[in-house]
Amino acid sequence: MQYLVSVIFEEDGRATPEEEAAIDVFNDRLVAEGHWVFAGGLGAPTTATVIDNRGGETLFTDGPFVESKEFLAGFWIIEAADLDVALGLAAEGSRACNRKVEVRPFL
Amino acid sequence: MSGAGVHDAITRAHHDEWARVVAALTRRFGDLDVAEEAAAEAFAAAVERWPADGVPANPGAWLTLTAGRRAIDRVRREGKRDDRHREALMRYDDDPPEPLGAVGDERLRLIFTCCHPALAMETRVALTLRMVAGLTVAEIARAFLVRETAMERRITRAKAKIKDARVPYRVPSAADLPVRVSGVLAVLYLVFNEGYLATGPGADPIRPGLTAEAIRLTRLVRALLPDDGEVAGLLALMLLIEARRAARVSRTGELVTLDEQDRGAWDAGLVAEGHRLVRERLAAGVAPGRYQILAAINAVHTSARDVRDTDWSQVVALYDRLVRLDRSPVVALNRAVAVAELDGPDVALAAVERLGGDLSGYHAFHATRADLLRRLGRSAESRAAYAAAIELAGNSAEVAALTRRRDRLAG
Repeated sequence: MQYLVSVIFEEDGRATPEEEAAIDVFNDRLVAEGHWVFAGGLGAPTTATVIDNRGGETLFTDGPFVESKEFLAGFWIIEAADLDVALGLAAEGSRACNRKVEVRPFL
Repeated sequence: MSGAGVHDAITRAHHDEWARVVAALTRRFGDLDVAEEAAAEAFAAAVERWPADGVPANPGAWLTLTAGRRAIDRVRREGKRDDRHREALMRYDDDPPEPLGAVGDERLRLIFTCCHPALAMETRVALTLRMVAGLTVAEIARAFLVRETAMERRITRAKAKIKDARVPYRVPSAADLPVRVSGVLAVLYLVFNEGYLATGPGADPIRPGLTAEAIRLTRLVRALLPDDGEVAGLLALMLLIEARRAARVSRTGELVTLDEQDRGAWDAGLVAEGHRLVRERLAAGVAPGRYQILAAINAVHTSARDVRDTDWSQVVALYDRLVRLDRSPVVALNRAVAVAELDGPDVALAAVERLGGDLSGYHAFHATRADLLRRLGRSAESRAAYAAAIELAGNSAEVAALTRRRDRLAG
């Protein structure tokens, strides 16, 4: 079973060196214990482009598709046997990156 | 057997067997929704068949078997449409649970799943009342003053989350157990409190159905986790509060405070059982948690045959312990009420005034302040405080009691 662990943040700015180091330790553990699928940090919402190709013409729009105080700053995709395992890992991830995270199952 | 006899047998089976049937089917089919529906169908079948066929020798086995057949029918029916169903089976831990009293009782897994921390508190309450206590959605909706469709949606969403996010169906590991048990107890205490002092205008001040359900569920959890001190503490607390129910509301529908209650109207059996549990915890010699301390405070109150015999120094000492565990201003407010009896209303009022910042929206803060000001002869300030308390009070019985106390003020 795979879960998306979204990193939620409210200010621009990259992770500090201490946070980077803690994230590396956490990622190594995910790999070692077989939970690692993929992870990445994202550029600021202002770097986003929205594309709509449902009609005849491809529309490009500058900026994120929703404006909100909180935004997605990065994510992990983890493999976990059940929600309890996923929540435990997400709690450690939140501590490592020093940000709130949200857990959602893949269907 | 007479019609009434069969009816009683079905009611008893519902009380005793509902959670067991739901738990057994959840284990077998890995799906709360299938389990709930099949259990409901099995009980409906009992209502239809038992009056004609007679009550089976082992009602629980009959119900589990019947429910199992209904569940197989449904899974087969849906299997043709939706093969994903089988993939979505809940994760079930086949290892026998840690030896926790009643080893392997399926109902414990059910309770922990319904009270999972990934669910909102009101959802845990609703799910526990439906899956474990067997209340209907309509009954739960009525108890919490929401529309039946809204309650149905809440429960349906919760079942879908448990399935899709794969909330495991198991007893938590030993490391997680204390936190998870306290989560279960919080659900039970909330159910009890909603019954004990209902909120909302026009609500019955006391809903004995909910307090009785909370006590029944807590007894079940106690049977499953007999060595947990806080489970025993919560049960004792509920019993000692429930014991005073008949004395808590006057014939005119007014809430009667502890100091004015007719202590002869208390339920002596419940008081004795509550006291026995508190003594059992004292003898265990383990540092008590929040519920055990609250139970001990209630044991002191219910040991006094007359309010003047109350051992207030003991009550204050217990509140001092509670404050160390729980720094909430509500605990400090309750402590101040006891301090008024021990050290006088002026000392208590000084403590209460310090809580104004946190509790200015809480009716009990204003009511306590009003009572203390009245005892100190500060009538005008007292009157204003009663007015603030009446404004914020949750139900008519409290308003009636506060109004009467205000009207007793001189001048």
